[in-house]
Amino acid sequence: MSGARKHRSVGGTGNLAVLKPFSLHNAAPSAWRLQPGHGYMLFAALVLFVLVGEVQAAPARPSIIATMWKWTPFLLQGFAFNILISFVSIIIGTMAGAALGLGQISVSRPIRAVSWTVTQFFRNAPWLVLLFYCIFLIPFEFELFGVTIPFPAWIKAVIGLSLPVMANFSEIVRGAVQSIPDGQWEAAESLAYTRRQTLWLIVLPQCIKRMLPPWMNLYAVLTMATPLVSIVGVGEGMTTTGEILAAENRSDLLIPFYMYLLCLFFIYCYPIARWTISLERKFAVKI
Amino acid sequence: MAESDWTPDQPMVSAKDVHKSFGALEVLKGISLDVMKGECICIIGPSGSGKSTFIRCINALNPINSGSILVEGQEVNDPQLDKLELRKKVGMVFQQYNLFPHKTALQNIMMAPIKVLKEDRDEVEQRARHLVKKVRLDGKEDSYPGELSGGQQQRVAIARSLAMRPDVMLFDEVTAALDPETVKEVLLTIRELAEEGMTCILVTHEMGFAREVANHVYFTDRGVIVEHGPPKTFFTEAEDPRTREFLSQIL
Repeated sequence: MSGARKHRSVGGTGNLAVLKPFSLHNAAPSAWRLQPGHGYMLFAALVLFVLVGEVQAAPARPSIIATMWKWTPFLLQGFAFNILISFVSIIIGTMAGAALGLGQISVSRPIRAVSWTVTQFFRNAPWLVLLFYCIFLIPFEFELFGVTIPFPAWIKAVIGLSLPVMANFSEIVRGAVQSIPDGQWEAAESLAYTRRQTLWLIVLPQCIKRMLPPWMNLYAVLTMATPLVSIVGVGEGMTTTGEILAAENRSDLLIPFYMYLLCLFFIYCYPIARWTISLERKFAVKI
Repeated sequence: MAESDWTPDQPMVSAKDVHKSFGALEVLKGISLDVMKGECICIIGPSGSGKSTFIRCINALNPINSGSILVEGQEVNDPQLDKLELRKKVGMVFQQYNLFPHKTALQNIMMAPIKVLKEDRDEVEQRARHLVKKVRLDGKEDSYPGELSGGQQQRVAIARSLAMRPDVMLFDEVTAALDPETVKEVLLTIRELAEEGMTCILVTHEMGFAREVANHVYFTDRGVIVEHGPPKTFFTEAEDPRTREFLSQIL
């Protein structure tokens, strides 16, 4: 989409606009796209580092591959926690972001102003700073009607990650609603729909398609940000890898193990990225 | 004038000295016209003369700055105006069709009567299917707007408006975006409507249509009505030089 816009703006930089025959190939964003080849390159790097490590390793020690195999269940357990955190964060962030995004297009000026401020604040704050705030400002347990509800670090971390997701999704909602042509609103208005009906029956159903690719993109970004929570001591993949390395105490394992974790992220995020691209293409042709 | 005072022998739409500005630009400089029930009027004029702006004022899509527009006795230029009630009486068709792309043709037609007028679904569906036939789109009920040609979409848009059973229909350059061959079928639909007694207000460039169907033709230029009359005399005996020039260019 941004590529198409760039394409169009070429005419506006001083050159006279010329009507050229429409070509789907030119209009499609031609920027760098994730290809299966990138995955092969990553995997090749992993293999290379492992082999280099094997060669350099002292003969008395167990091989790197055997060590990696040994720790794989533990590492996967940690990685599964990354995925769990990403799931919960995207759910909370999406729900809160949807409300905030609708607030940004509210007819009420105060609601609009507050929603805009909250969105901009959390969208532009560094994720790590937000994470630290949540970890240290939220108490580790709540007292509710005499019942003590524990609030473990990983839940606080989830909230910390949900905040930027919320703000980004709020912008996705606002952008999608504003991308619906005015004609749709006018047609609905002239058919005596109320504003609320227009939004829920006519505008938002059309927005879902437009919001899906950026939302999935946001999810991939979020997943890749989940290792941040290792800094506050949550036992996810990054933490697990650190623990493995501490247990093994071998410097030749350092790069292969972090590479291994990187590959896990790639294997998980790559299909999402491909799917996002195919959805973008599909919708770009239809609209 | 309260709504209850209106009787069918009074003008259905009555505009008096309508002024409308966009910022510093005054687009309408005192438009007055009356449309009786069952009449079909055409507003013609060069682009930028304010004709589209005026027609959009009739159903309060554009608020006016001063003057008065009465629709069945209801004042449109009234802060207390119930816009929804006004729009149930006034249907509008746009140049760009503006169908809802995520709904089929039939759903486009049925949605407003069901959701806005809260009418019975089965009854609305019956009426909608009848309207689809009326605009000659049998078999296209389940097509999405993207699968229809411009002319077909425009006829769905007309049917969608008619499903609300309006008293007045506004047509804002409805054939301007169409291929020449599909213009005919849309005009035929409007013509049938007018002949059935629907009150129609058209902004159009179709002089042939205006000559044959309209009861009255208005020529606007730079925000005022320069000349008006029944088509017979309007097209042959125009007096104002601006009208003559416009007609000579377009005919």
